[in-house]
Amino acid sequence: MELWQEILLKTGFALGVISVVMGIAAYSVLAERKVSSWIQGRVGPNRTTLPIIGAIPFIGPFLTRLGLFQPMADGLKFLFKEEPVPGHVNKLYYNLAPVVAMVPALTTMVILPFGQIKDSATGVVTPLILANVDVGVLFLFAVSSLGVYGIVLGAWASNNKYSFMGGIRSSAQMISYELTLGLAVLPVLMWANPPGSEGGLSLVNVVNAQGTLWTAIWQPISALLFLVAIFAETNRAPFDMPESETDLVGGFHTEYGAFKFGMFFVAEYAHIVIGSAVFVLLFLGGWHIFPGVADPWPAGYIGAVLSTATFLGKTCCLIFFFIWIRWTLPRFRYDQVMHLGWVILLPIAIANLILNIAIIAVWDKFNG
Amino acid sequence: MTQKTEISLGDVASRAAEAENEIRTERMALNVGPSHPTTHGVLRLLMELDGDTITKCEPVIGYLHRGDEKIAENMTYNQFVPFTDRLDYLAPLANNVAYAIAVERLADITIPERCQALRVLICELARISSHLLGLGVFGMDAGAWTPFMYTFTEREKLYDLFEKLTGARFTTSYTRIGGVARDVPEGWLGEVKQFCNELPKTLEDVSNLLTRNRIFFDRTQGIGTISKEDALAFGLTGANLRASGIDLDLRKDKPYSGYEQYDFDVPVGTSGDCYDRYIVRMEEIYQSLRICHQVIDKFPSGPWYAEDAKKIYAPTKDKILTSMEELIQNFMIVTEGPQIPEGEVYFEAENPKGALGFFVVSKGGGVPYRLKIRAPSFCSLSILEKLAPGHMMTDITVILGSLDFVMGECDR
Repeated sequence: MELWQEILLKTGFALGVISVVMGIAAYSVLAERKVSSWIQGRVGPNRTTLPIIGAIPFIGPFLTRLGLFQPMADGLKFLFKEEPVPGHVNKLYYNLAPVVAMVPALTTMVILPFGQIKDSATGVVTPLILANVDVGVLFLFAVSSLGVYGIVLGAWASNNKYSFMGGIRSSAQMISYELTLGLAVLPVLMWANPPGSEGGLSLVNVVNAQGTLWTAIWQPISALLFLVAIFAETNRAPFDMPESETDLVGGFHTEYGAFKFGMFFVAEYAHIVIGSAVFVLLFLGGWHIFPGVADPWPAGYIGAVLSTATFLGKTCCLIFFFIWIRWTLPRFRYDQVMHLGWVILLPIAIANLILNIAIIAVWDKFNG
Repeated sequence: MTQKTEISLGDVASRAAEAENEIRTERMALNVGPSHPTTHGVLRLLMELDGDTITKCEPVIGYLHRGDEKIAENMTYNQFVPFTDRLDYLAPLANNVAYAIAVERLADITIPERCQALRVLICELARISSHLLGLGVFGMDAGAWTPFMYTFTEREKLYDLFEKLTGARFTTSYTRIGGVARDVPEGWLGEVKQFCNELPKTLEDVSNLLTRNRIFFDRTQGIGTISKEDALAFGLTGANLRASGIDLDLRKDKPYSGYEQYDFDVPVGTSGDCYDRYIVRMEEIYQSLRICHQVIDKFPSGPWYAEDAKKIYAPTKDKILTSMEELIQNFMIVTEGPQIPEGEVYFEAENPKGALGFFVVSKGGGVPYRLKIRAPSFCSLSILEKLAPGHMMTDITVILGSLDFVMGECDR
């Protein structure tokens, strides 16, 4: 393959990935509204439609009632609204912040493998990934932790006390839970990399290691820690301190409106999508459909589509879980969040890591 | 030449302590409200924060002041009934009843049993409606949105019932001095009964989401604790007082409108924190349901207004249109107002928010000389200045939610 061909292919693939993730992010907003209304005994968005759709018998009204066109209306609303910039803000950072929040969310998807394609002739398995880098998980953490800068920057630049408090809370919370996040993943990576193996921290490597047994089944503590930490990292309820709307009004985005708010909003949901995807890859077997069934997908494009669909399906289930939790639980208080992070989760994560190291050491000794 | 400095461990410790004293924190003034999601209306809080901890919290009230007490001096007794709707606008029926009973005590007229039972019923329905909102909003303040939607759905059903009875969903203006505006519509009691049978299921749902929730425990237990002494000193009444462990319920202690005939318990809390206030309100709904069932089961027949109070209660429409004497009677009451004898009276009713008191001074005639309203929400809010310091900024939402105040009544 020529270089320009490869560049073209990768660019096309990148656009595809971005549109898929953004699509899921947009529709997870719809899912949030629909699931919350289902939980609360309401109807949810059921009016928005396109001109032609209404004319289609049966299917048109059905799609309208599902609210399938609502994300378009939401997005267009953000685009077409007047963009007010309050007089008391720091203009440069105020405008920069939503971009800073958005970019890491989109960058992390570079190292997410979506599925695999098996060459029918040679039997070589290629993961569907933009960049299969050896430092995969490390890159993921490095980039996704940049997301907090957008929030802090926006909060600080807003020059508003509520925003400021939201930003402070957010930075403290996200930095605290990154420790747990990292420590929870380490055992998984250690088990996926026996001595002398190659691939390092690549997510493809982790998924391939789960062919027979999902990590969540034999590493439940790691999985639970990681899940809780992801909730905190994505600022989701019950950890939605930075924007707790009852006391801080809107938290870091109090002063934002129109498309800038939209970018914060989409970045938040993109974080949820990516967080769910990473959890699926690390703990729920990626594109392997059931635990115990190793690599069931046929060769060729059908296998590629099926594996991708499996992965995305699992991700959607996890997104539903995120939504379900949000509409069930009350919100933590800020100091309780910190207490949970430092006093409960972090020691458990360290103990879990030490335990796994000990088991690996013993295992290696007896299996030579 | 080298110089050696010895540092002892004790020295380090003392210097660390010194350094800690030197850290200066700047306190931040924060203005909350008058339009803010926490404040449930137009309450303004002037707060001083040390980091995320509240050091000072001063409630500023009066944004909803309409001068109800002065307005009352310029209109007849019946004309003031709609203004009582707008006191505690979450339980307008209970306000209507409290005001009517106050004036009736001054006029010294006896109210027929059917009217008394009906008033008890609507008071309890108003209590359920108010507490449902209180619980839902309290959950929302703690960050749980779903209970709010559940309780609001039930409130909608209650509003439907109110609409059938009074013609209005929100501002009911149902009572008149000497009775109520109209009799119970046909089949209405059955619908209330059905509602009372169905409500516990929703309460269970709400309870399952909140009562034994670990996060909810952490957010509410030990937060905003009001001691017995403070509760009495600040004049708290209603569920807020009972949550602090004082068994005072005017329905039991000074029964009015025939409350003594009904069998119900008064839930009392132990620690007086936000969680206790939640539990007390939850239990009070069940007790109100008990009262509702008893009222409906032995709903008396007979007249539904004081027929012998000829100068106070205007007769029914069919009598006015057919008889000369009643026409004149109606004309006099509408133009001059109900004729209340000279004197003064103070009456307190156990409203959902606490003891709502009316002090009415009459110099005779159809217009009160002076009318003073004792608003329970005002007292509940007054304790905030003592309650909030030491808590975190996020706790203020829970504290305000648990105090369950209404600004319409506080500012009046």
